Amino acid sequence: MKHTPRKATLQVNQNEGLIFEKSSAGKAAWKLPPLDVPEADTAKLLGASERKDLGNMPEVSEIEIIRHFTRLSTWNYAIDLGMYPLGSCTMKYNPRVNEAVARVEGIANGHPYQPESISQGALYIIKTLSEQLIEITGMDAITLQPAAGAHGEMTGLLMVRAYHESKGNARKKILIPDSAHGTNPATAAMVNYAVENLKSDSRGMVDIAALASQMNEDVAALMLTNPNTLGVFEQQIHKIADILHAKGGLLYMDGANMNALVGKVRPGDFGVDVMHLNLHKTFSTPHGGGGPGSGPVAIKKGLEPFLPTPVVTTKSDGTLTFDYNRPHSVGRVRAFYGNFGMFVRALAYIQANGPDGLRQTTEDAVLNANYIRKGLEGTYDLPYSTPTMHEVVFSDKLQLKKGVRTMDLAKRLIDYGFHPYTTAFPLIVPGALMIEPTESESKEEMDLFIEAMKSIAEEVEEDPQTVLDAPHSTRVSRLDETAAARKPVLRWKPAS
Amino acid sequence: MRYLPKSPADREAMLKAIGLRSVDDLFAPIPAEYRLTRDLNIPRQMAESEIVNFFRQRSRENGEDYTSFLGAGAYFHYRPVIIDSLISRGEFLTAYTPYQAEISQGTLQSIFEFQTMICELTGMEVANASMYDGSTAAAEAVMMAVRLTGRRSVVVARSLHPEYREVLATYATHQGMPLLVAGFTDDGRLDLKELEKSITPETACVLLQSPNFFGTIEDVDAIAEIVHKRGAMLVVSIAEAVSLGIVEPPRQADIVAMEAQSFGVPLGFGGPYCGVIATREKYVRQMPGRLVGQTVDKQGRRGFVLTLATREQHIRREKATSNICTNQALVALMVNIFMNVYGKVGLRELAKQNLAKTAYAASQFAKPGKVLFDGTPRFNEFVVQTTEDPYAINGRLLGHKMVGGLPLKKFYPELGNAALWCCTELTTRSAIDTAVGVVAESERSVRPAREEAEEVAR
Repeated sequence: MKHTPRKATLQVNQNEGLIFEKSSAGKAAWKLPPLDVPEADTAKLLGASERKDLGNMPEVSEIEIIRHFTRLSTWNYAIDLGMYPLGSCTMKYNPRVNEAVARVEGIANGHPYQPESISQGALYIIKTLSEQLIEITGMDAITLQPAAGAHGEMTGLLMVRAYHESKGNARKKILIPDSAHGTNPATAAMVNYAVENLKSDSRGMVDIAALASQMNEDVAALMLTNPNTLGVFEQQIHKIADILHAKGGLLYMDGANMNALVGKVRPGDFGVDVMHLNLHKTFSTPHGGGGPGSGPVAIKKGLEPFLPTPVVTTKSDGTLTFDYNRPHSVGRVRAFYGNFGMFVRALAYIQANGPDGLRQTTEDAVLNANYIRKGLEGTYDLPYSTPTMHEVVFSDKLQLKKGVRTMDLAKRLIDYGFHPYTTAFPLIVPGALMIEPTESESKEEMDLFIEAMKSIAEEVEEDPQTVLDAPHSTRVSRLDETAAARKPVLRWKPAS
Repeated sequence: MRYLPKSPADREAMLKAIGLRSVDDLFAPIPAEYRLTRDLNIPRQMAESEIVNFFRQRSRENGEDYTSFLGAGAYFHYRPVIIDSLISRGEFLTAYTPYQAEISQGTLQSIFEFQTMICELTGMEVANASMYDGSTAAAEAVMMAVRLTGRRSVVVARSLHPEYREVLATYATHQGMPLLVAGFTDDGRLDLKELEKSITPETACVLLQSPNFFGTIEDVDAIAEIVHKRGAMLVVSIAEAVSLGIVEPPRQADIVAMEAQSFGVPLGFGGPYCGVIATREKYVRQMPGRLVGQTVDKQGRRGFVLTLATREQHIRREKATSNICTNQALVALMVNIFMNVYGKVGLRELAKQNLAKTAYAASQFAKPGKVLFDGTPRFNEFVVQTTEDPYAINGRLLGHKMVGGLPLKKFYPELGNAALWCCTELTTRSAIDTAVGVVAESERSVRPAREEAEEVAR
């Protein structure tokens, strides 16, 4: 191979079947202590409700479980191995002290219904994180209850709706830019709002004239991602807010890209009324293969009565308590108080950074993205020349001439030892390559990335088939997704 | 800052390469009047040792050395050590949603195994990769039934976890989904007569929990017959997953909405937990959440991919089955490992120990107090009615470093001075005896006084 990756080398990794294929009767990985009460007479206690058979549940030993999952783990790419430049996902380093403190006895084993007198530690964590997120966003109040970003969007729009209802008119629709995440329109539908598309202008920003003409008393809110999914900061943000507010509408900010703003600018200062954060993006809680997330929603004063119940407040004696008596609340969006374990991690992250660290983090994230932009400009088509912040979006326009698309380039990047960028999003860029390095990458790592991307571009010219057939270095080659969807096999079954 | 891998010289070199003089130039697109020119008002950078101390202190303020009899949707079971050993591997912990299947086979295969085991345990044919938790899974399952039946009204059992009911009410508010509540009878189970009356031709589904909030096991077969006769769907919520080791699963249900926290997930003051939806194969295209399917690569080798994505928000936008995007993958992995550790035999033995401890405890609590719904099959929770206010009893128990059952007045005022107690395999006989002793003592002190007061009143 002419283009030899500098970042990665092939290595043998272990084969491993499904755990069910290792199971056989009599093997076990468990041992219970002897019972200190009389044995249960299951037939008497349960009658017809007694279960007799657990079907094909596995029977394996402990070492087999360890090897099984360890082998599986080696088939995954991860931030711990290298750059993971998925745009809009903010794949940053997950500090290990976060994991350690989340496992301290009273935090890991606290029961959500234990008396408040012995829950002051957890309540203090909720209160402290809430206050710090309010300071970071420049908003007035917050709920930590939503379990993920999309759940936060739903909570935010429920509050938007309650706010308008309190003014006598719930309104009918939500304006959503064509560059938005799919969760935005899906959420609007869940809260029974119609979705109206808002076009971007030639610079990739909200078209102010279009907004002004589409804005009327039927519009409940605009859901805006800022910086947007092109990585572009909406420079006319004050005008956007003014247009909405003049007609009684609210500005909702999708905080997915907050990593570009922390410590440098606060949404509450530029006219945002409601916003959600993703603790698993901006605040370093691990993505864990797709969750758990956490999606706090911060709001301005006028929406405070509508926060989900309960809300943590301070009693006259200085102790903390949950306030359930909130007659205007939108209700509860999740049992208990949200993904508390993620609050612990996010707070530990903020503590480790302090004000200077958070600012430096944001600066480095934006610096990294712009360094990549500079490094790949010319090699890949840059559809919008507008300055960008924490991420940059190229297109596959130049490579398409050889029949190579963004997904092919992405698959080839795997052979170079990198996780691919986000492909084919945002929808306003045909064949998008959406790259977000985050602050966690060193100059060396990014130089390797730029080198890899350039090398792939050369391969497209010289030998496009190599790119079209990629990846070549993985356990499995490209998988047949069409067959998977046409005749879904969603579980293992014993050979009959 | 210790997480940032750049020297000042690196930053200088990078700025130069970009053609900028200072980092401020990078933020020029932000209108000057909004730029923050001060430090955020948060505490200074803390050392790792300071952070650890901070959270140890919070732990001490959080009942770290109390024995608890709380359940009610969050259960304290033993967590095998290897769960944390394995989920701490960076390849699981620090990966994202397995969009790029070729370098995510570890996550994908483990989810496929998870889906399989959930099917085995629930008696359903397909299961998704997880939902946020049991409460949102129940709400999403109901919305799924609404889509499948084309009907809008929902009947909810009053014996469903009260906070699950609240979450459903929030989700239903703007969906035009009327909710009717069906009560429970003296045996602590859904009132079948009331159920029958509540179901109309507009009823999309009936949602109940089994074992229900009181720990009693519903007669799912009888309920299914009533529900299906009227063309509605049956959605069963399972909040205590360990029950599946010894309690017959709701095989007659159309959708099962589970909370799998009991399977190796720490209590963590209420989250993150692991919801799951399982259902019949024919309903899979209306199921929300991620799904992993088996397929082959170009060489015919077995591999796994995310599949049926056309249900999801990133493809369908406002027409998606749900707005759910991120789920609870790492928590589902804990659940997966737990299911492997206990497996076919261990899960049954574990459930039997829960049953035995609870049967013993209920028999002991029946001496000083009254155990409600006695005689109905139950799993590991039971309701104790006392003369004294359970908050007062719990106050005394705190003195013994014990947390008593959950007082039910807030959720079920009709039950009077009642509390929901829970025993698991970790509850010791001596803890049960101590708690029963405190309740007995408390009842002895209160009863004469109250009887006297009633005498005077007469």
